[in-house]
Formats: sequence, structure tokens, C-alpha cells
Amino acid sequence: MIFVASGGIAVADGSGDPTAVKQNETGEWLDKEGNPTYKVNGESVDWYTYSGYRRYHSDCHVCHGPDGLGSTYAPALKDSLKTMSYADFLGVVASGRKNISTAAENVMPAFGDNPNVACYMDDLYVYLRARSNDAWGRARPGKHEDKNDAYTKNEDSCMGKK
Amino acid sequence: MRKVLLAAFLGSAAALAVGGASANDEVLKMSQNPKDWVIPAGDYASTRYSKLNQINSQNVGKLQVAWTFSTGVLRGHEGGPLIIGNMMYVHTPFPNKVYAIDLSNENKIVWKYEPKQDPNVIPVMCCDTVNRGLAYGDGKIFLHQADTTLVALDAKSGQLAWSAKNGDPGKGETGTSAPLVVKDKVLVGISGGEFGVQAHMTAYDIKTGKVAWRGFSEGPDDQILVDDKTTALGKPVGKDSSLKTWQGDQWKIGGGATWGWISYDPELNLIYYGSGNPSTWNPKQRPGDNKWSMTIWARNPDTGVAKWVYQMTPHDEWDYDGVNEMILSDQTIGGAPRKLLTHFDRNGLGYTLDRGTGELLVAEKFDPKVNWTSGVDMDKNSPTYGRPKVLDAASTDKAGEDHNVKGICPAALGSKDEQPAAYSPDTQLFYVPTNHVCMDYEPFKVSYTAGQPYVGATLSMYPPAGESHMGNFIAWDGKTGKIVWSNKEQFSVWSGALATAGNVVFYGTLEGYLKAVDAKTGKELYKFKTPSGIIGNVTTYENGGKQYVAVLSGVGGWAGIGLAAGLTDPTAGLGAVGGYAALSNYTALGGTLTVFSLPAN
Repeated sequence: MIFVASGGIAVADGSGDPTAVKQNETGEWLDKEGNPTYKVNGESVDWYTYSGYRRYHSDCHVCHGPDGLGSTYAPALKDSLKTMSYADFLGVVASGRKNISTAAENVMPAFGDNPNVACYMDDLYVYLRARSNDAWGRARPGKHEDKNDAYTKNEDSCMGKK
Repeated sequence: MRKVLLAAFLGSAAALAVGGASANDEVLKMSQNPKDWVIPAGDYASTRYSKLNQINSQNVGKLQVAWTFSTGVLRGHEGGPLIIGNMMYVHTPFPNKVYAIDLSNENKIVWKYEPKQDPNVIPVMCCDTVNRGLAYGDGKIFLHQADTTLVALDAKSGQLAWSAKNGDPGKGETGTSAPLVVKDKVLVGISGGEFGVQAHMTAYDIKTGKVAWRGFSEGPDDQILVDDKTTALGKPVGKDSSLKTWQGDQWKIGGGATWGWISYDPELNLIYYGSGNPSTWNPKQRPGDNKWSMTIWARNPDTGVAKWVYQMTPHDEWDYDGVNEMILSDQTIGGAPRKLLTHFDRNGLGYTLDRGTGELLVAEKFDPKVNWTSGVDMDKNSPTYGRPKVLDAASTDKAGEDHNVKGICPAALGSKDEQPAAYSPDTQLFYVPTNHVCMDYEPFKVSYTAGQPYVGATLSMYPPAGESHMGNFIAWDGKTGKIVWSNKEQFSVWSGALATAGNVVFYGTLEGYLKAVDAKTGKELYKFKTPSGIIGNVTTYENGGKQYVAVLSGVGGWAGIGLAAGLTDPTAGLGAVGGYAALSNYTALGGTLTVFSLPAN
């Protein structure tokens, strides 16, 4: 379950081979299964990876630590995505999760109603997938693809709903 | 009820003795006995100074562990125990257990309290489920639980005497701070600055748990409890002093959380505390000075009405909460004896004010790397008197949304966070645990949802350029605003200091060391590595003729979140190597109280 064989290469990625094969109209790259993924060219990244970096370091890092590396409080998402699929990721972020036992009391809130997170699920996933596969390091992405009109339209309508 | 109480205070001392006012005398008297530690900060002046001198700079090197106690909780352990006679009261982070321990009977647990709390409060607690400690008064132990329930426990039995709900976790309001008992009231603040709460300081009747008064950090005058006599920098604040500095109804989600420490001057009859950052972290979204966030408050403890206020960071652009402790001292400045209040702010400035009037006397950087301001305007005739001059290069408001401002010092952690400093009347120096960290800060637009994080900025943190240590432990002269000595620490110092009459100052480090240094020189005299990183405050007490030093270890809090993996190295992509050590390589979770004493001979 941990290692998903894909194209003969074992990758530790809950959603399989992260190689980007096509780009949709919002500038989002997809793998061959149709899951969102990153596209990194040297120092430059796609818009989703950049946007995900920013959103992560606003709403997620206060528990999960800088750069997806985890903290004394919450797990390292850089590692979580090695076993967690895209669908599971969406489910946990939207609905939250509880891990309460005599030894641990870890609770993640549901972010489904928080547009600052819910409208950027794919951005966060793509950034963390890049971190998980070591396609992007700890630094802030410098160069990046621009935000396009289709993305902006989606973003406005999502953020405007609330 | 409130009117009756107020009338009682205007009445005779005899009438007071019948009511809860006796609790005041009790706590005040008890706090003067150096054998006990009855107030979270040691005394009402928050000096964290003890007259005990059995352990001194000559013999502290021989210190050894006397006994230890596991709290059974893994999360970050802030604060420290209370000691009253032969009893010690130890608190924990969520689930907020309290242990009453008999120090004269093999440290046996006399009673234990563990509330049932909805675990959904856990993720609403920004930056770990910490709790900063207990208060004592009127034979009761007071605890502000994570879910904002304030409980009064019988100190002898642990039985619940009363409880009161101080806030609503559904809106992001949580309890992390230590209460303070003043006369017949229990004062307590509230957390939730990252969730857009309208924060407040609230006084509860010590006998019944009924609200006596509540003063908000922002809002209409009758909510923030100011009147025509309330001043800022010597001038009346005037009508609608808060409302005028917010756009529309934004004050309703304006933050200004009150999760720090409270001090009290019985002679002036004033309490002092600070309010935190305005919500959101995106300054563009909340034009105006956002009063009275980031403010030092001086309130009458009986009525709540503010005597004076001073806003340190108008229109915050960096999350420089103003909640840190207010240390009250009596020192001579310019030949005149003054009643002073000294405060080491997150914004990197050490302030000294006249605590009776709120007059600003000193405002100087206590970390030389502070670079967001060129200093505070001290010219009383200037239109910007008392305001910090913000430098354009560090202004996230000027740069605007979606612009990343680089190299701002200090980071949002502040040059110092909640970890309280100590003051020794012997040396007339303050001993300050500090952070030495800078940041990039990029604000962007966010929308508010009740009970959800309301942050609105991306940030990354790193040590100042060319340096690899992330903390300093400094001695500070509050009269002149100068650093007297400074010890480098690899990590931020996140532990409350203790100064003693033995010429020794104690503090803990994030790796887990309890350290003792010479109060005059800063020379390290002793260190011992406790089971986990220390974010607790060092305490001392005497039992059976012997002096003990106690500290909670148990890494966590914002320090544990920000530093566990090590800071971001902004030049990592360029192959540079720096001292960006990961705290997780040095220590792991787990709450333990470690108690030290000198060997028998």
C-alpha cells in the first residue's frame, strides 16, 4: 500500500506517478490518472505550486510546521502524501479528522466551510505533492507561471460564494 | 449585584472584610512569603524574583535533581506550578489536568482534577493546546480551561466550587492564559487573535463566578470601558477612540486577544495587561490604527474602567502581539524615584512607562537586529509623539497584498513572546528570554468564517542574516534602555526566567537545559538537561528548610511548531550552509516537572 507500482518505477506517492502529462484551462497540471500534480522546471514552478505554497504558509503551517515538515503538534504532510491519495486528502481537509487515544489527542478541524482553504484545495495538494516527491525544496518558489483568467474566474466565484 | 459590590468598595474597611476583599489581603500577604509561590509571576508586580538565597552563585554549581513528576500529557507545557505551604499545584496543557501534590508526604497526589472537554477545541487553539497556569485565592485554585470554562476548585479537596463560561470555542475563543486573583475578583483574558474574536478581559466574582465587568480590546466606549478621564500619553482618549480607528464593523472581528499575563499595583489600584494583534494578519484589509489592539492597558480592578492606555504598534503589519508581561518596579530615573512599568514587546522594543500616568519614558530595541522601525517619537510636542516610525522597507502595508516583504526583524514570534522576564531589585536589571529570528511576510486577502482561522499572510522565518543562533538571554537596564549582557542561545529562549537573592538567574532552553547564570555577569554556573524542551517558567520555593527550584519541561507551543523542523534557510537553494538546526534533533514530547536542590551537605 505504501509503494504504488507505476510504469515499473516504485514511487512513494499516494496518488501514483506524479509526472505531469497535461494542463487544463486553469493552468493546473494533471498526471496520467487525472490527479492534480506539479510542474517544476529548475527554479520555476506552475501557478498551483506557487499558490499552494502561499496558502499552506498561511493556514496550515501554524499546526503542520514550515514547508510541510511537521511540528510537535501535527504530522509532516510532506510524509503524509507518500501514502495518502488525492481523494483522501480532499476528504480530510474538508471534513477534518480525529486521532484520540490515551496517548494522543490529535484533532484536525474541518475546513470545508472555510473558503480560504476550501477554494485552494488543489493548490495545497499540488504544493505538498511537490514537497513530498522532493520536486521542490524548503525555499519559497521564485519564478512561477502567471495566474490565468480561467483560474481567477474560478477563484472569484469560489471566494465570493461566502 | 455589581452596584452592591461597587458600593461596598466605597464603604468602610470593616464592610470589606465581610466580603471577598479578604482574599486580596490573603494573596498579597502570601505572595510576600518567599517560601511560597502563590501567583503565576511570583508576585503582583510580576517580577519573578525570590528572596530565597540558600542556592547562590557560589553553590549553584552543585545543584542536583531532587525529584521529578510526569504529568502524563505530551503537549507543550507552559507556565509553572503554584506552591502554598506544603502543597504544590501542577497544571497541564489540554486536557488541563490539575494535580495537588503534598510536598511533605513523599510528593503524594492528594487530589487530581481532569475536566471533560470537547476535543473539537483542540484545533481552534492556534499553535498548540498550552495552558499558562493556575491562580489561588479564597481557598480555591482557579483554572482557565481550553474550552474557556473558568473553574474554581477547592484547594483542599479539588471539588468544583463554581464554573463560568468565558467564551465560545465555536467562534475561535479559547482559554490558554493564567488567571489572576485581585481582591474579590478573578481576572482572566481570552485567546483567538487568529480567529477574529473580539477579545476581552473579564473579572469574575471570587465567591460566585458571576461576571463583575468585561472590558473589550476594541469596540464602543461602553464595551471597552473608557470614560472622559481615560488618557493615552497624557491626553484624554476622547469619544469613540476605538471605533474611529476601524472601517465599518471590522472591530467586531478585530482580535486584540488577551492571552498574556496580568500585573497589579495594590497602592495605585490598577491592573496592567497587553492586548494582541488585530485580526487579520493582512493589514490592507483593516485600514486605521485598529485601537486598542497592541495596547498596554491600565484598568481599575473594581470597575474595569481604563485609567490609561498606550498603543505600541498602531495598525500592526507583522503580528506583533502586545500581550507580554508588564513588570512593575520602583527605580530612580533622573534623580527622581518613579513607579515604573517595563514591558518587552513582541515588536522588539523594551518600554518603560510611569505606571501611574502612562507617561512614556523609554522605548529602545532590546535586540539590535530589530529593523521594522527607526524608533519611537519621544518628542511630546510632535504630532506623532509615542508612535514608532515604520520603515518603508519593512512595511507590509506599503508593499500591499500579494507582495512578499523580505528580511523583517523580528519575525512574527517577536523578539520575545509570552515567556516572562524577571526583575531583580538587587541588580536593578531585567532578565529577558528572547528570540533572534527574522521573516518574510506576504499579506493577502482572506474572508472571515466564524470559528475558522482568519490569518491572511504567508510567512517564513530564519535567523538574522549572517547569524546562526536563534535566541539570546539578556540582562536589560530599563532606566536607560540598554543591554547590559547578552548570552547567545542556539534556539529561541522560550522559558520564563527566575531571579533570586542568591545572585542567580535561572531559565530553560528549547533543547531542555535548565541553566543558572550569575545575575551580575551572565556567566553560566550550572546546566542540566531535563527530559524535554523547556517552554515553562522557572519557580522556586522552600520546604522543610530547603530551597528548591522547579521547572516544567515538555516542548511544544509555537516554538515547537515553528522550530521543530528547523527554520527555512532562504539561501538553501543556492547551496549555502547555516545553523538552521532542527529542534526535533534535540528533544521530543513529554511533560515532566523537574525539581532541583543542593545536596544534603
